[in-house]
Amino acid sequence: MSKQKLVIVGNGMAPGRMLEYLLEKDKEAYEVTIFNAEPRVNYNRLMLSPVLSGEKTYEDIITHGDDWYAEHGITLHKSARVSNIDRTSKTVTSENGVTATYDKLVIATGSNPFIIPLPGKDLDGVLTYRDLDDVDKMLAAAERGGRAVVIGGGLLGLEAAAGLKMQGMEVTVLHLMPTLMERQLDPAAGHLLEEEFKRRGIDVRTKANSHEIVDDGNGNVKAIRLDDGAEIEAGIIVMAVGIRPSTGLAKSIGLDVNRGILVTDDMRTSDTDIFALGECVEHQGACYGLVAPLYEMAEVIADNLLEGSSGYAGSVTATKLKVTGVDLYSAGDFAEGEDREEIVLRDAAAGVYKRLVLKDDKIIGAVLYGETSDGPWFFDLLKKGTDVSEMRETLIFGQAYQGSAPLDPMAAVAALPDDAEICGCNGVCKGKIVTTIREKDLNSLDDVRAHTKASASCGTCSGLVEQLMQVTLGDAYNPAAVTPMCGCTPLGHDEVRRLIKSKELKTIPSVMQELEWTTSGGCAKCRPALNYYLVSDWPDEYADDYQSRFINERVHANIQKDGTYSVVPRMWGGMTSSKELRAIADVVDKFDIPAVKCTGGQRIDMLGIKKEDLPAVWEDLGKAGFVSGQAYAKGLRTVKTCVGSDWCRFGTQDSTGLGIKLEKFMWGSWTPAKLKLAVSGCPRNCSEATCKDIGVVCVDSGFEIHYAGAAGLDIKGTEVLGLVKTEKEVLEHVVALTQMYREQGWYLERIYKWAKRVGYDEIRQQIMEDHDRRKAYFERFVFSQKFAQVDPWSERVSGKDKHEFNPMAVFTREAAE
Amino acid sequence: MTAETRNWVAIGALSDIPREGARVVKTSAGCIAVFRTVNDEVYALDDRCPHKGGPLSQGIVHGTSVTCPLHNWVFDLATGLAQGADNGKVPVTTAKIENGTILLAADDLARRTAA
Ligand code: SRM
Ligand SMILES: Cc1cc2nc3c(=O)[nH]c(=O)nc-3n(C[C@H](O)[C@H](O)[C@H](O)COP(=O)(O)OP(=O)(O)OC[C@H]3O[C@@H](n4cnc5c(N)ncnc54)[C@H](O)[C@@H]3O)c2cc1C
Ligand code: SF4
Ligand code: FES
Repeated sequence: MSKQKLVIVGNGMAPGRMLEYLLEKDKEAYEVTIFNAEPRVNYNRLMLSPVLSGEKTYEDIITHGDDWYAEHGITLHKSARVSNIDRTSKTVTSENGVTATYDKLVIATGSNPFIIPLPGKDLDGVLTYRDLDDVDKMLAAAERGGRAVVIGGGLLGLEAAAGLKMQGMEVTVLHLMPTLMERQLDPAAGHLLEEEFKRRGIDVRTKANSHEIVDDGNGNVKAIRLDDGAEIEAGIIVMAVGIRPSTGLAKSIGLDVNRGILVTDDMRTSDTDIFALGECVEHQGACYGLVAPLYEMAEVIADNLLEGSSGYAGSVTATKLKVTGVDLYSAGDFAEGEDREEIVLRDAAAGVYKRLVLKDDKIIGAVLYGETSDGPWFFDLLKKGTDVSEMRETLIFGQAYQGSAPLDPMAAVAALPDDAEICGCNGVCKGKIVTTIREKDLNSLDDVRAHTKASASCGTCSGLVEQLMQVTLGDAYNPAAVTPMCGCTPLGHDEVRRLIKSKELKTIPSVMQELEWTTSGGCAKCRPALNYYLVSDWPDEYADDYQSRFINERVHANIQKDGTYSVVPRMWGGMTSSKELRAIADVVDKFDIPAVKCTGGQRIDMLGIKKEDLPAVWEDLGKAGFVSGQAYAKGLRTVKTCVGSDWCRFGTQDSTGLGIKLEKFMWGSWTPAKLKLAVSGCPRNCSEATCKDIGVVCVDSGFEIHYAGAAGLDIKGTEVLGLVKTEKEVLEHVVALTQMYREQGWYLERIYKWAKRVGYDEIRQQIMEDHDRRKAYFERFVFSQKFAQVDPWSERVSGKDKHEFNPMAVFTREAAE
Repeated sequence: MTAETRNWVAIGALSDIPREGARVVKTSAGCIAVFRTVNDEVYALDDRCPHKGGPLSQGIVHGTSVTCPLHNWVFDLATGLAQGADNGKVPVTTAKIENGTILLAADDLARRTAA
């Protein structure tokens, strides 16, 4: 039976989680297709604020990268906004013309930021705060400097304001109500928050009613005018005044829609084959704007997609503000009332304010400011409706003060009941975390995150999770510890590299023995890494361990999905000749190679070659002078060039020649991850040097050396290393930079990630300014090339590793019987 | 059938396979990957990953496991079972070494052909 088809509209946080539940329960049930209006994979929207403030990068907040979709066979259409759904033929079509059929459909379109209909709302520079594009626009504005005006003093507005301030902008927050975050905070806490923002140099104006946005005459924002006539100059205006469930699509196909898309407890819309999920949903009169309820919905849908009968019962939510240095927690209802009592604690010196609202001896609301560690405990009492009359006297001091003697924080965590919720976003309780740590033998926060999801969303409970790890693992847990290389060792890449040098470890078994590996033969993660470190550190002494290399590097070709291989010979600097092309043509004919393709790296790929044929293919290519293009190597790949001064009317230098020189000098070298170079003849940059690992842009006065670009999973322009005058200097600087990276990079860490970790200034200093150091790096590279520049193809044509290419035995049916 | 009374088929010498490596045996019912561990044990599994058909013989052998070259599932060589979070099983052909020669169980081979 063919698989059922599941189509998802929207790739936000809710469907991301739903897919995880679904795959966990049954990987095979559905063929999944996702349409996403955003041009990217699934990321953690909650973490946009740390990206805005510069504390995290986009890559840090990706939830499911491209690999994940590939691995699970899920089709993700990016930049594909669904514009039509045909419920009769059960098809979904996007604005850019992609159509997919479904058996079951999930609409998860999230919500849209509300735009106040002010005059001037369409001017350039009026932004909202919802996705990564918004953050990028704010960051671009921050680079220009000036003032940002944020309209809205709620959660999003304040996070945006704090982030823009950290990026160096002047910031004004305009808030209509008398106190900030009035929906989540009482006036006292709102006031403390306002004081904190003012202390940070943010201009906060409450009771401020915006009147009009002023045009600078060119369609850009110039200022904002308030009802009272005051005018504030602004380069950008960020509207963060609320969200509206995005229901347009659902409405257009006739589903029942109120404020959100109406669903029953099983999360189905008025069409039983269509579910709705996330912020676009209205369930029993409630729409939600926080992730915790959405994740609960996600679990229900995953189950119901698999013939389950789960029901969603609505959620109670708690709010935290993610501004570094501001601790704030609120939950429930804290309006004053006749039938309510309150308990308040203030410590002005410490900047702490706590208020609990009780009704019938139960907590119904909690606001904590300045000290929030008891938030989850209060929330737990609130959700369970626990009678607190027994502990009323000490309740406000928190959990540590319950019982006879005050507990230290660790003991307090230890005393939490198993069903106490630790991670609000993901609804993970203490018992689940503790058992998972024990069962799976976890010892890093990252692992606990991966296995339990605790602290994987907004991250504010990370501290609590770490305390739980401490309680569970005792001294075995060291929170300051680095991320281990893999499950076979607690040591991180840096420590392993350092110990290999200082203890002079020169074989993989000796590294494992001396550094006390916990497995007998390592794993597929650490073995290739160790092999690289040893190749790089002891080029003359270490015998490369082929069994520790990934198959591509073992057989010097790229494995394909059907187990055949592709072969890419070097074409130095992208140059070729009739003789080379003829040799390729002959090989293609002789071995019946099914596909020939120009690669993105300026050379030719022959695909679909049987493994047994590889040595013979290489032999023929070798006769025409070809060597391996190492299109598979964590090593030097291509050097792209443009035609340069030889032909181009704009060329300033011989970019082709320089590229070829670099490639001939550096080929064969192994690096932590692949290394791609390019040389452009002028700043028009036709070889795309400014997104390469290392790029050279020729100019009249010499050569500008660039590095740390990325154009694969991430897109990033290069950093400039410096300007040099001669080709010889280019070679020395590029090679020295490569060697520095070879010696310091972690296995599989591209140069742009390494550079970010080590620091651009440090690299510039060592390569551009410290001449002795540069020369030393250069010489070490030259030394290691003596052992590396051996063409692997000709070696194998001469018989090396013959066993790789031939079957050991061939059986006919008779032999087996 | 008990182990003592099984029939065995010789496929080559232990030294034909590198330590922590594998070679392929072609049969009419698809390839078998024969693995040699660092301690010179041999194991034989179908050369087909239950995930998306990756050739397990091309994976990295570590301890008594192999990691599939296509998407990194890890299998126990003795049981053929996927490890960790993944679920799947690769059919096992019983293998043993006698005087440096690798032998595969004939009944396992026959069962594969019949299947
Ligand atoms: C053949 C080629 C596509 C093509 O038909 O043009 C290609 C094919 C593959 N690329 Fe690529 N990439 C090719 C150019 C690129 C480029 C463009 C370029 O080099 O100018 C990029 C973007 C720049 C970059 O390197 O980041 C590129 C970024 C990637 C990435 C993302 C790497 C990253 O860190 O962001 C991967 C995945 C990885 O390495 O983990 C990848 C991985 C792959 C693999 C090796 C996938 C795999 O693991 O099996 C593909 C192997 C196919 C094969 O067997 O031949 N390929 N790949 C190109 C070969 C260039 C060459 O002549 O050597
Ligand atoms: C800056 C910020 C900080 C936040 N902080 C917190 C926090 O600390 N705690 C918390 O609980 N919540 C927080 N939230 C709220 C939380 O991010 C949302 O509740 C959650 O992301 C909603 O998930 P969703 O899947 O319903 O929608 P979304 O994540 O918004 O995803 C909807 C996706 O659908 C796409 N889409 C829309 N229409 C179509 C269409 N027709 N076709 C294809 N694709 C479409 C959109 O482009 C979008 O990518 C924050 C939100 C923001 C913006
Ligand atoms: S060649 Fe590159 S871009 Fe194309 S499918 Fe393979 S990895 Fe992806
Ligand atoms: S085919 Fe083996 S892991 Fe995917």
